[in-house]
Amino acid sequence: MAYQEGMERIDTDIPRKVIKRMEAYDYHAYTEKEVKAALAKENCGMEEFEALLSPAAEKFLEEMAQKARGETRKHFGNSVYMFTPLYIANYCENYCIYCGFNCHNNIKRARLKPQEVEEEMKAVSASGLEEILILTGESRKMSDVEYIGEAVKMARKYFKVIGLEIYPVNTEEYAYLHGCGADYVTVFQETYDSDKYERLHLSGHKRSFPYRINAQERAIRGGMRGVGFGALLGLSDFRKDALAAGYHAYLLQQKYPHAEIAFSCPRLRPILTNEKINPGDVHEAQLLQVVCAYRIFMPFASITISTRECERVRDNLIGIAATKISAGVSVGIGEHLEGEDSKGDEQFEISDGRSVEEVFHAIEQAGMQPVMSDYVYV
Amino acid sequence: MNITLNGKSYGTRAEHVAGLLREKNHRPELVAVEVNGEIIAKESYEAYQLKEGDVVEILTFMGGGEEKDTWRLGEHEFSSRFILGSGKYSLELISAAVEQAGAQIITLALRRANQGGIANIMDYIPEGVTLLPNTSGARNAEEAVRIARLSREIGCGDFVKIEIMRDSKYLLPDNQETIRATEILSKEGFVVMPYMYPDLNAARDLRDGGAACIMPLGAPIGSNKGLCTKEFIQILIDEIDLPIIVDAGIGCPSQACEAMEMGAAAVMSNTAVATAGDIPLMAEAMRQAVEAGRKAYLAGMGRVLFKGASPSSPLTGFLREEN
Repeated sequence: MAYQEGMERIDTDIPRKVIKRMEAYDYHAYTEKEVKAALAKENCGMEEFEALLSPAAEKFLEEMAQKARGETRKHFGNSVYMFTPLYIANYCENYCIYCGFNCHNNIKRARLKPQEVEEEMKAVSASGLEEILILTGESRKMSDVEYIGEAVKMARKYFKVIGLEIYPVNTEEYAYLHGCGADYVTVFQETYDSDKYERLHLSGHKRSFPYRINAQERAIRGGMRGVGFGALLGLSDFRKDALAAGYHAYLLQQKYPHAEIAFSCPRLRPILTNEKINPGDVHEAQLLQVVCAYRIFMPFASITISTRECERVRDNLIGIAATKISAGVSVGIGEHLEGEDSKGDEQFEISDGRSVEEVFHAIEQAGMQPVMSDYVYV
Repeated sequence: MNITLNGKSYGTRAEHVAGLLREKNHRPELVAVEVNGEIIAKESYEAYQLKEGDVVEILTFMGGGEEKDTWRLGEHEFSSRFILGSGKYSLELISAAVEQAGAQIITLALRRANQGGIANIMDYIPEGVTLLPNTSGARNAEEAVRIARLSREIGCGDFVKIEIMRDSKYLLPDNQETIRATEILSKEGFVVMPYMYPDLNAARDLRDGGAACIMPLGAPIGSNKGLCTKEFIQILIDEIDLPIIVDAGIGCPSQACEAMEMGAAAVMSNTAVATAGDIPLMAEAMRQAVEAGRKAYLAGMGRVLFKGASPSSPLTGFLREEN
């Protein structure tokens, strides 16, 4: 759990506050009364956010969705942002028991060469997208910061908005990557329950909970324009994890008011054929509840809905609370080129394989406006 | 004789603690009494002689425990949420106004405090009330800092309300200069209370500069126009983790009440009281309005029903298709 060699420590009290609030969060204490009050309030604070994440709020899902949609329209109009993730390497030194990339899985590993990165980017760019999310597995050795920096510089040629989803790095490395042209950093905490975290992340850099939880703050200090948060809902108590991720974002926004905030809500799907109903399962209703709670709590935040979810869920969520959607997604390595076989295996199986064009039209069909980027890099 | 009882100035005829308790209708077995910081043993209540200027705290125990609704400025704790100004009315009325307003803090312009000789405002302010000298007249940070230091020198304590106006027509505060003065004075140990135009960025800078609270204006000073800046004050209340005290523009009790309903920590008013026909009566009305607004805030405001049309196709219908 401790910091490992080379990991920067920063002076911050945010993790302590997040953990304390999460541990104190007793969601069974909330009743219909608090939920109604939260829905009636114009400004949603932490108390209201807690009520909206409680089981008592499940009965008010339609009201939550209505309110969330109102907030989304107020802050984003009918815009829906499109992007695609680009996996440039899948080497990983972590042993995370739930992940397809983990170092003990015998999968085909690859790391794209600079020329291959450029070809992939050209192909993505040709589909009309202007925002890209560059991803690697978590291997400092195989995908060092400089390698990622080169990919970012390359991306600068083809895209207007560049996000990163890589292993956490130190402040000055974030500053370096920002200098190369990256503007957004997303780090999934997976779970904010540190005991559970330890049991799920058996080895590697990722095992350091405190280093990971401070990644967003280091990224902001390194000059990144925005940071993304997310827990993998279902790994642990999803209500507590959703609360912690929200409060984490809230505290950083308070401390760094200029930072742009984004949420993702990936979930582990429950096994629906399992007859035992597990209260910890994250069904679509619970996913919707979390997404709506985020929207009401932070109406200005970007919310991404990934291809882990199916077409039906994604199309509905962008009408309610999500503001960003990926399209033309491949989670393997080097798959954007036509006629090319995957050079490296996939991280997980996607549930929405629609192309950029198909997603574009689906957004239009829903009466909304697909936006490729509204951003000028300065 | 005058003593300070539970933070407020109080004139008593009692000679000892037991007498004071009788006078205030307290049963000795249900209270704890502290005089000048020392707890008095129950058997000594008759024997303990009170003297002029004693600071007495009577703590009562009530069924279920009484929730103490207090707020803080730096190290100082207050229960009254109405800060009274002292300008624009005759000095003789100050004492009655403070009493009726239940005010624990009263502001005064150093310009007035420093007159000396006859008609010195300091002679009229009841004991036990916290003085809040302001820097009115200052046109920049340097002048405000000088006035603040001077006020501490002449015994006005560590509190200072920063008012810096570069504009003599509307008397609007200069946020930039106020931030500078706040940074300097908080480093010197002052409890800095900056009067400001409600701007979130400036308020953050004030907080980071060491302010003990933020005092946004509701409307141009003296205008009695109420909460013209309501939306922006609400933003400060929601975003800044310091007491927000609405200052300037509060023209009548209903407006003070409204500010408190929004979640302001306190309200400061002068003109509304000073220009009333019956000053003590208006002071009392303001106190009651502030208390009512505070209670409403604590109670949680009732629901305003949504009156928009409800859509025919609910948003959550898609969940039925989960498989």
